[in-house]
Amino acid sequence: MYRSHVLVCGGTGCTSSGSAKIIETLQAEIDKNGLHDEVQVVKTGCFGLCALGPIMIVYPEGSFYSMVKEEDIPEIVSEHLLKGRIVSRLLYQETVTDDGIKALNDTSFYKKQLRIALRNCGVINPENIDEYIGTDGYAALGKVLTEMTPEQVIQEILDSGLRGRGGGGFPTGMKWKLARNIVPDADQKYVCCNADEGDPGAFMDRSVLEGDPHVVLEAMAIAGYAIGANQGYIYVRAEYPIAIQRLEIAINQAREYGLLGKNIFNSGFDFDIDLRLGAGAFVCGEETALMTSIEGNRGEPRPRPPFPAEKGLYGKPTILNNVETYANIPRIILNGAKWFSEMGTEKSKGTKVFALGGKINNTGLVEVPMGTTLREVVEEIGGGIPNGKKFKAAQTGGPSGGCIPAEHFDVPIDYDNLIAIGSMMGSGGLIVMDEDNCMVDIAKFFLEFTVDESCGKCTPCRVGTKRLYEMLDKITKGQGTLEDIDKMEELCYYIKANSLCGLGQTAPNPVLSTLKFFRDEYIAHVVDKKCPAGVCKDLLQFTIEKDKCIGCGMCAKQCPANAITRTDYIAPGKKLAAFEIDPAKCVKCGACIEKCKPGAIYKK
Amino acid sequence: MGSTISSIPFAGTPEQEKQLLEVIAAHKTEKGCLMPILQKAQEIYGYLPIEVQTIIARETGYPLEKVYGVVTFYAQFSLNPKGKYKISVCLGTACYVKGSGDLYNKLQEVLGIEGGGCTPDGKFSLEACRCIGACGLAPVLTVNEDVYGRLVVDDIEGILAKYND
Repeated sequence: MYRSHVLVCGGTGCTSSGSAKIIETLQAEIDKNGLHDEVQVVKTGCFGLCALGPIMIVYPEGSFYSMVKEEDIPEIVSEHLLKGRIVSRLLYQETVTDDGIKALNDTSFYKKQLRIALRNCGVINPENIDEYIGTDGYAALGKVLTEMTPEQVIQEILDSGLRGRGGGGFPTGMKWKLARNIVPDADQKYVCCNADEGDPGAFMDRSVLEGDPHVVLEAMAIAGYAIGANQGYIYVRAEYPIAIQRLEIAINQAREYGLLGKNIFNSGFDFDIDLRLGAGAFVCGEETALMTSIEGNRGEPRPRPPFPAEKGLYGKPTILNNVETYANIPRIILNGAKWFSEMGTEKSKGTKVFALGGKINNTGLVEVPMGTTLREVVEEIGGGIPNGKKFKAAQTGGPSGGCIPAEHFDVPIDYDNLIAIGSMMGSGGLIVMDEDNCMVDIAKFFLEFTVDESCGKCTPCRVGTKRLYEMLDKITKGQGTLEDIDKMEELCYYIKANSLCGLGQTAPNPVLSTLKFFRDEYIAHVVDKKCPAGVCKDLLQFTIEKDKCIGCGMCAKQCPANAITRTDYIAPGKKLAAFEIDPAKCVKCGACIEKCKPGAIYKK
Repeated sequence: MGSTISSIPFAGTPEQEKQLLEVIAAHKTEKGCLMPILQKAQEIYGYLPIEVQTIIARETGYPLEKVYGVVTFYAQFSLNPKGKYKISVCLGTACYVKGSGDLYNKLQEVLGIEGGGCTPDGKFSLEACRCIGACGLAPVLTVNEDVYGRLVVDDIEGILAKYND
């Protein structure tokens, strides 16, 4: 037994900000102080508050140290771990109150969260199966194999109201039921896990895989039992090295414990799982493309029907669920469908994990009950917009989703509400934008992405997205016309109606939603030839406000185009003559603005 | 991405070929073995020139055009060698709204290469990537295994200077 546990986040965010080095130093300091029998260091998954990484929590006190630096470690060890004096200077400041430390669950970031899919992330050591078992891990699999029939399992999932967390929101139980029954005499079936989290700005699935890999294995085995499959594949992005490594460890441990392999729990049920690595193709998040890729081909989608439940991987009945969907399954089995269906809204049950990013103070990972409003997520949990800027839009659903403006701030987030306002749940990326982001530019950014990632198989997507991108590019360069906007809208509907797979069918969403809510910005680009947010370079003009200019000349030194020269005007109260920019020579690089001390240079 | 054929001559060693043949022998009988073999082959050679694809096609029995088709489909497979220091700028949404596009432009300007290219001395190569998942540190770039986060354009020169050997 240890008297104290130090949990250090080993997720990608904190690893990127140096947590591996922190753990090393921490262990060395603990050894140096002779505490290695008393204090245990545990490398966990993501705590969620990535903006404040690297993160460290010391139990039993529950002290939450944020942005820990290597040089702070000796002090934390000698003061806190050796002498029992918490170093409050280094704590997450919101947890420090006059009467001592506030529990983490009372801070604004965690207060409104409800962690089901993420329940073990940041709590257990993901590389140790005993810790997972210690928190009821594999109990659901045991219950299913010894007490329930496959039909009962499927009924339980159906009753829970769980819908696919990968974006589409198809009822999970329905998918399982189809796969169980549609081909009664199938000699082989497959269970697949979609861990090809390709939405830029989304990292929910990665965090589950890094923080709690066993939950996915357990749920896949349950799914295998329910539909009658004995082989599973996890298709995981190659860009997630930590997740891959932990999955490999978890699979090996589960095999050693007999929780994967032959005759699990002596029930006669066999199930095993293999990993398949993606190679950087966004379209492989689409179910048929993913299966084609596992088969070792170009990851192109194919028409449905037949749906994978009938003809999937290698032509056999297959189910494919997303990581977060699986992470809910063991809890539903253990706590019951009723428990789960009491959370959330009428048609969207349970919770949803969001990856908060962009212009927001608390970037990180949050899990909230369905029906929480965008305002609660952005203002309360997310801590609002940095630098006193104004909220402009939240983007959900990645390249398939849309931008939600401030007027819909109080809409309860669920599958149907988001679709009704022209966006979609997607896998859960939630990127916040402020007044400095140009919505035309954002639409163009997403279209550039879809053009890049379109597999090329069907024409509406391959050619349509390219033309759409070109029109947007024209508008951001000030060459667009009002007619272009109408044409663009028409093209959007053609692409949606005629594309083969989800990628093309949703690719125009960023354009349509920005056209719907930020049409005035498009008009400003086309008619006034201005970019109100000051992003689109071709539409900007750089000017020096002469009365503010102190004549230091830093701007002229920086200018790569020699576009800035001194005038003979000396502003009142200034000693040197002011400078001016020749718009004909200016290349709009912005180097002068960065160097201007009095802030006299504007782009408009 | 990177579907142009490299002009740099192939310099594979017999050791690398031996390793590759071992990998192929180990995976050959698995269903869907092509992707894992290509991934390992890229680890061995650093890229997948036509010479390597030819060996894979010969040993696995897949037609060369199928191997080439798969290689050129996925962004991660490269037909060109990478620099000694591989710079990836994240152009995922979270990084983009925080200005990673400017970092990318600055790098192209400083290194004098286009995205996807490599400096003539083989030292730096530059590419854009889509989200490494470190969105809390946006904007982010990586140089080989090193991650640099919360960057502004002025940090670029300092980062490059660290790799001056």
